[in-house]
Amino acid sequence: MFLLSIFLPLLSYFICVFFFGLIKDKVLSFVSCFLMISSTLFSIISLILLQINGDQSYVLTNWISSGSLNIDWSLNLNLLTASMVIMVNFISSIIHIYSVGYMSKDSRKSIFMGYLGLFTFFMLFLVSSSNLIQLFVGWEGVGLTSYLLIGFWSYKEEANKASLKAFIANRVGDFGLLISLFTIFIVFGTININEILLLVNSHSQSYFNFFGFQVHSITLIVTTMFIGCMGKSAQFGLHVWLPDAMEGPTPVSALIHAATMVTAGVFLLILMSPLIEVSDFGKKLILIVGSITCLFASCVAIFQNDIKRIIAYSTCSQLGYMFMAVGVSAYSVAYFHLLSHAFFKALLFLAAGSVIHSMSDEQNIKKMGGIYNRIPLTYTSMLIGSFALMGLPFLSGYYSKDLILEFIFLSEMSFKFIAFFIGIFGVLLTTIYSSRLLIYVFHGQNRSDEKVFAHIHESPLIMVLPLVILAFFSIFFGMYFYSSFVGPSLEEIWSKFMFVNSETNQIYSLGNIPNIIKKLPLFMIITGLILSFLIYFKFSKSLPVIKQRLHLIITFFYRKCFIDELYQMILIKPCIYLGRGFWKSIDMDLIDNLGPNGISRLVNSFGLMVSKLQSGYLYHYVLSVVIGLTLFISIYIYIF
Amino acid sequence: MISLPILPILIVLPLIGLIFIFLSSEKDENADQSKKSALWTSASNFFLSLYLPINFDKSIPHFQFVNSFSWFNSDSLRFALGVDGLSMPFVILSTFLILACIIFIIPQSKKNMKMYLASFLLLESFLIGTFSAIDLFSFYIFFESILIPMYLIIGFWGGERRIYSAYKFFLYTLLGSVLMLIAIIFLYQEFGTISIPKLLDFTLPFYIQLWLWIAFFSSFAVKIPMWPFHTWLPDAHVEAPTEGSVILAGILLKLGGYGFIRFNLSILPDASIFFTPFIYFLSVVAIIYTSFIALVQEDMKKLIAYSSVAHMGFVTLGIFSANIQGLHGAIIQMISHGIISAALFFSIGSIYNRFKTKQISFFGGLNIKLPKFSVIFLIFTLGSIGLPGTSGFVGEYLTLLAVYSKNTLVAFISTLGVILSASYMLMLYKKVFLGELSKNMDKKNDDVNIYEVSLYTVLIMLIFIIGIKPGIILSYTTSSLERIIQLYPISIF
Repeated sequence: MFLLSIFLPLLSYFICVFFFGLIKDKVLSFVSCFLMISSTLFSIISLILLQINGDQSYVLTNWISSGSLNIDWSLNLNLLTASMVIMVNFISSIIHIYSVGYMSKDSRKSIFMGYLGLFTFFMLFLVSSSNLIQLFVGWEGVGLTSYLLIGFWSYKEEANKASLKAFIANRVGDFGLLISLFTIFIVFGTININEILLLVNSHSQSYFNFFGFQVHSITLIVTTMFIGCMGKSAQFGLHVWLPDAMEGPTPVSALIHAATMVTAGVFLLILMSPLIEVSDFGKKLILIVGSITCLFASCVAIFQNDIKRIIAYSTCSQLGYMFMAVGVSAYSVAYFHLLSHAFFKALLFLAAGSVIHSMSDEQNIKKMGGIYNRIPLTYTSMLIGSFALMGLPFLSGYYSKDLILEFIFLSEMSFKFIAFFIGIFGVLLTTIYSSRLLIYVFHGQNRSDEKVFAHIHESPLIMVLPLVILAFFSIFFGMYFYSSFVGPSLEEIWSKFMFVNSETNQIYSLGNIPNIIKKLPLFMIITGLILSFLIYFKFSKSLPVIKQRLHLIITFFYRKCFIDELYQMILIKPCIYLGRGFWKSIDMDLIDNLGPNGISRLVNSFGLMVSKLQSGYLYHYVLSVVIGLTLFISIYIYIF
Repeated sequence: MISLPILPILIVLPLIGLIFIFLSSEKDENADQSKKSALWTSASNFFLSLYLPINFDKSIPHFQFVNSFSWFNSDSLRFALGVDGLSMPFVILSTFLILACIIFIIPQSKKNMKMYLASFLLLESFLIGTFSAIDLFSFYIFFESILIPMYLIIGFWGGERRIYSAYKFFLYTLLGSVLMLIAIIFLYQEFGTISIPKLLDFTLPFYIQLWLWIAFFSSFAVKIPMWPFHTWLPDAHVEAPTEGSVILAGILLKLGGYGFIRFNLSILPDASIFFTPFIYFLSVVAIIYTSFIALVQEDMKKLIAYSSVAHMGFVTLGIFSANIQGLHGAIIQMISHGIISAALFFSIGSIYNRFKTKQISFFGGLNIKLPKFSVIFLIFTLGSIGLPGTSGFVGEYLTLLAVYSKNTLVAFISTLGVILSASYMLMLYKKVFLGELSKNMDKKNDDVNIYEVSLYTVLIMLIFIIGIKPGIILSYTTSSLERIIQLYPISIF
């Protein structure tokens, strides 16, 4: 069952790609949707069977065996992987269905469906793999499919640039992860996840010789692994690829760049949580980077005009929240937010896709407006998604995000207050950018072309239905599953699969949190709503004036804090310069001139020199004979 | 137990094909008759060579299928052939790639086609001889003879600057080989034997090992090639015809790696330990330096050539880490690079046959013109990047893991190569295949033909099979490599 739920998407890929052009697109789309849905059903069944049969691992075959290194292709089935598999399969099937509508006019839509299937397979493979190298296969595989899907419209130069950027930024992260994997193998002697987690305690004090320094081995592992997670989950520094990745088709943004792939970094950290617990430095680093990302991304989001980019930066900042939760050891809460975020962020993206679809491919929110009554269903789902994202009470985001904030407050980290305030401030910013988006897109005056405006229509049923399903989950997921991630039943459910901080959990369950802390996020949301209502609605006429006054700050954030430009200057240009330098001056000038060309020149000039001696005059030859003879005789006499 | 003299047959068979080619009286550029005989010869040679893995005993670390003949009527000088787990994969790789080249040649027409085919068959015979020779003299003779057909292929059927490149290639390789010849003569004088298995039993004094090591190193370092002896490679690749590049990158470079394991590591272990930091340094420089150069190349073949140097850097790192993961990794990396770089050069050949240029700036949006081909090329690109699941990953992972256990700094810097290789290969892919259709390409062009499709399908399958189940190669090599490692003193680096 479990194997089927993982390999059916791969089958879908092969069918779609090999029969592209041979079978009608409609049939292929149907087949791939059908396979995805059955895969989802199988994964739900395997979760039910899990209750009966207990944890299992499926060994498929041996992969690499070299000396003490022994790697199998094998899959783990336990609660953590099964729940993640269900989430991925579920969101993926919804997005498959949505794509049938969204891509209906594209000539290569079967290929697109195939790529989606391939992505799903790699993601499932990543999630369920039983060893870290195999996880790395999935890790790189999702990076590859993300590359393919961002650049799906390969005639768009921007899309190609974005896909390249995504792959390389991810590779930088993978570099860190690889170093981490090497260290893990050398420290633990195994790369099987279960075995590593068993061995953590016996290696908690071991040191590792790194560049000649004695480094706490697990801190090294966690730090380098976190670099990998930063790349995949678009944390500050390696986040540059995520906003650009929005060049891809919208279903891709929803599936890969919101719900599943970008959360792989958080998932990996949750999976390896007992390891992270050992390293204090690692936890601090994760908390710091998470907070910076959270703050930075939500600040930038306020100043963007592209509807998808705003949501992308929002994803970035939500991932920051998840990392903050990991940093304060609240892994189950991070996982909870990961799952609920998947629903409402996928909803937001799909709704945005629906807006773009109805606006004839317009993405600039400044060119929309006043369309809420033209596309009521899209509007409603966007509203639900945004409210869930802000964390309005009783929607999914309310439970998961508030939990993160409360656990930060309860933690014993040295700078928890700063992190807590960043988190609270982030809520305010989230509210502002979400409501700005809603106001610009749906309310106020219409600013689009008349032609476009006349053409606005609600999307077809096949695109609206996924919105409804996701909206349902965005509302009720948090409420229903809240109690399984925190409180009394937490340890019973999760302690086998991740580190559970029972002390904090106990404090939480007893309700020892000041009421003001509990109410602070809500207060922030209300402030944010009022503020944005005032700024973007009531006093929208005075906006240009404000903009002029704050010109510098706005440009700074509008240009994403100039990080792209900075990288261009300090990384890319020097690399190109270095490459040219190495090639022209060392390879072609130094080595070639000293090497083969030099030798041939030497031989040449020596030949010329010698040939000058052959002058043809008899007295030259006689002279040389006499000199030679004299030399020869004198040496002979000298020796004997 | 084995009666069939398989190795002599493998060496002689291409020569018989050669006679057939010379017997045909065709003069035209197509030379269908000769193509047929070349195809039959190389195909039968390939299938015959599969006899080796089928009858190979994996548990024996020593040479198998041994045939030895007396040479100069002397007992100490015997002409001996045999394969062990180390050399067997390379014999198969040689027969396979030659067959692939011949298949690729079939739809083409070239000046003096008969001679062209003949050079490849000659090359095949010499290559198998080099990999299966187990005495120093015949190794040396085969090793050097390879230069002759290769020199002809570059110098006669090459591009504009072919003469310069061919000379550069010849000069570099010959210079190294002269020192190796001196070392071989010295070994014979000292120990009275040229048999490699016998030499394994001797322990040489350290200072002699040093000199011998340098002599062997100079020959193999040029072949593999290591920085800074690599400058012949880009030139040779750019000027060589497609099939020449394939053999050059696919097999000839592997002679260097094979030689390092067979001679430097096995016979001269103490010196190898002494020189390990030196090798590490050169390899790291090769990986980073050539990757940077590859970033700015304007010619596709040159880019792949520079990337080959970087990939071979991983091989040398793996070899001189001298543990089982390193050697396994080095062998997988060599085989995988043999397949992937061959595939890339074939692909560039396909492009060249259609557009008559290899300049990157000429192209753009090729995936609109050749959709199937662009997918094929993407798979090869990903293999070259070392995406997990392809054969490239296994090699890189194992070698880096091996180095990491010896020296973290070296491994750390070399792992940066992983980022760089992704950058230059994907940038190449983007510039050539993606974007808007370049104006240069308004001519009508057919997508891949049946020869190309079948060839590329096999190559793609090999890349994935080795990537998913590298055990099919590694299991043959394990016992031979373990023997080498057992003889190897424990290193301090």
